[in-house]
Formats: sequence, C-alpha cells, structure tokens
Amino acid sequence: MAVTEGPDAFRASQMRARDMLRGDLEGEELEKYVQERIITTTLDKAVSWARGNAMFPATFGLACCAIEMMSIVGGRVDVARFGFEAFRASPRQADLLILSGRVSIKMAPVVRRIYDQMLEPKWTIAMGACCSSQGIFNNYAIVPADKFMPVDVHVPGCPPRPEALVHGILTLRDKIQGDPTLGWRSRYGAEGTEEVLPLHSSADSVNVFGAPRPGLGEAPIA
Amino acid sequence: MPDATGLELIAGEIRDSAPGAVISTKHDRGRAEIEITPESVHPVVAMLKERGYTFLASLHGLDYWPDEPRLGVIYELLDMKTVDRISVKTRVTVENPTVASVIDLWSGADHPEREVFDMFGVVFEGHPDLRRILMPEDYEGHPQRRDFPVGGEEVIFTYNEKTMPGWTE
Repeated sequence: MAVTEGPDAFRASQMRARDMLRGDLEGEELEKYVQERIITTTLDKAVSWARGNAMFPATFGLACCAIEMMSIVGGRVDVARFGFEAFRASPRQADLLILSGRVSIKMAPVVRRIYDQMLEPKWTIAMGACCSSQGIFNNYAIVPADKFMPVDVHVPGCPPRPEALVHGILTLRDKIQGDPTLGWRSRYGAEGTEEVLPLHSSADSVNVFGAPRPGLGEAPIA
Repeated sequence: MPDATGLELIAGEIRDSAPGAVISTKHDRGRAEIEITPESVHPVVAMLKERGYTFLASLHGLDYWPDEPRLGVIYELLDMKTVDRISVKTRVTVENPTVASVIDLWSGADHPEREVFDMFGVVFEGHPDLRRILMPEDYEGHPQRRDFPVGGEEVIFTYNEKTMPGWTE
C-alpha cells in the first residue's frame, strides 16, 4: 500500500474491512489486518483517559462565581462536549469539587467535609480570586482554599469567565491524562482523605452532627 | 421626625424621669438624635416605647476609635402612627462594654444584639442567649472593631509555601 493517508487510504481500509467481514481475508492478510486495528496501551493510561473525559462536578456553589459556573453547562460554552455536564448533587457521586466563590472561616469545615465525603479519585478547582488569594474580600472572615484542602487548579479572575473555567477544567483533564499515577497529588500528600463512616456503629457514633459541640449554651465569651 | 422643638420636649421628659440620663441632643438634616448614658438605656427606651415609638427599626454597633468612649450602640426607633423616627445613641468603653438588653421590650432585638456582641464585643446584660451569631463559636476577637487587623489569612504562593502553614499542617 503506497498511500497511507488521505481519502484513498481510508477507502482502501474500508474495502479491506468489508473483505474481512465477508470472510475473504485469510492467513497473513488477516494477521496484518488485525495488527493494524489494535491499539496497545497500559491499563493506567486507558483508565486515566476515561477519568479525564468523564468528571462529575459536585453541585456546589459558594458565591458569585457560582453564576459563571452554572453557565458552563449552557449552550454557549457547553462543557458537555468534554464529558463534564453531569453535576452530581451528592459528594459521593462527584469527583470534582469546584470552589466557586469565597469560603468563610465558618464555611471552611463544611467545604472540607464535603471534600472528604467525595471518593477517590477526586480533584478540586479553586475558581476565582477569593478562594485562591482572597481577592477583594480579603478580611477577617475569608480563608483561602489552600489553607484547608488540596487544590489542583486555580482559575484566576473576579469572577472568571466561563471560558476560563472551561480552560481550567481542560488543564485538569490534561493533568489527569498526562500523569496516570496522579503523581502531582501524591507529591503533596493529597491522597487518602476520603471520609469512611464506621461500619458497625451504635446510634451515638454515627450521629456525627448531633455530638455536643463546645461553646453552645455556655457562658458568652466576653 | 420630631422637629428640633419636639426633640427638646422628649429630652426634657427624659430628664424629668431619669435625671442625668441625657448627654446631648442633636437635630441635623431632619434626623433627631439623642445621646444617653449606657445605664439609662433600658428605662429611656422603654419610656419612648410607651410614648409611641413602638418599633425598633434597627439596633447596631459602632466603633468611634480613637475617640473615647469607643463603642457605640444605636437604637433606631419608629413611631408607626405618625411615621416619626428617633435615634437613641449610647457609648460604652472597651473596658466595660455593658448595656442592658432590650429583648424584654422587643423580642426582635435578639439577633441584632447578638450581632453587635459578635462584631463589637458589647455585652448586653439580660440577654438570655448571648453568643456569637456570624463568626464561629471559637473565634477570638471582635472583627468590626477598628483596631482589629484588616487583612485576613496570608495567601500561599509558590515562593512562600515552605514557610506558610498550608492545609497539610
């Protein structure tokens, strides 16, 4: 076969596929046909290819950036083209947490808990100035995301345009697909943080929210 | 608004019932303000409520730093029948920031008083459940005071990530 590219080569390969289906190919020809149509890869690469192309973000908006985050599923930028359209309402089903907005120090434990409830593999995008570098709300109430959880991609902007967020998502996709062992996460110890509830537990130990919290009902802090 | 004369009449009434309570009166840009001592807040506000100012429109705090006494508590009262407003101000020191709670007059003062306590550290005596409302319970300091640092947490960049405590610490 002299022609290896272009419409002629495509037509030739189609004709041979037809021959194969008819059972006309035998012996060495059949062997060559099979060799041409098999891709060998490692399982890690195949898995990371699939992971990078089907991330489910958690339905979780924090502030004004959430408006821009919502619009990435709309028709204009349409993140469904890349397999990200399924916003999951449960952290157990999500594997991408988009921190869209400012995180107050009262909200930070909640965000961390949602992150811990997500199952590995999981990734985080810090969207906007506030949760990356505190932005215009740099005051007593705000805490940057790096202080309490690992972040894979920071998307700058105030707020970032939907295109910027899509670029951040695609950057994350490239990271996942380019490094199947997720080396950049193990390098800063961001693995094994998923929350596992005890299997055999009494009603007390499973009641994580009902535990008596210090400070409630006590004397006021003067 | 009570006009300047009306404000003086109210102030005179307060002076009669609680001598020494009124520090000053001010009628400026159509707003009537009356400043009283912190000890007389409850009787004066109760008297104004009897007089028709039945609605507590707002209760908020203020820091007059560096003036002394630093902390202010302001009650915006409204007479719903005559649509008449009056501001009652009082000022307390940082060392002894206690004002009587008006929660027995307006139960809606519950959350505003907790917010003023949270942000300025003014203690409302008689409040049944005075604890932080906006900041976490273990938060230290009162962030709306003027001597509270403006900036929050320092930002972690690549150049200072070795020295800045991040989430792994």
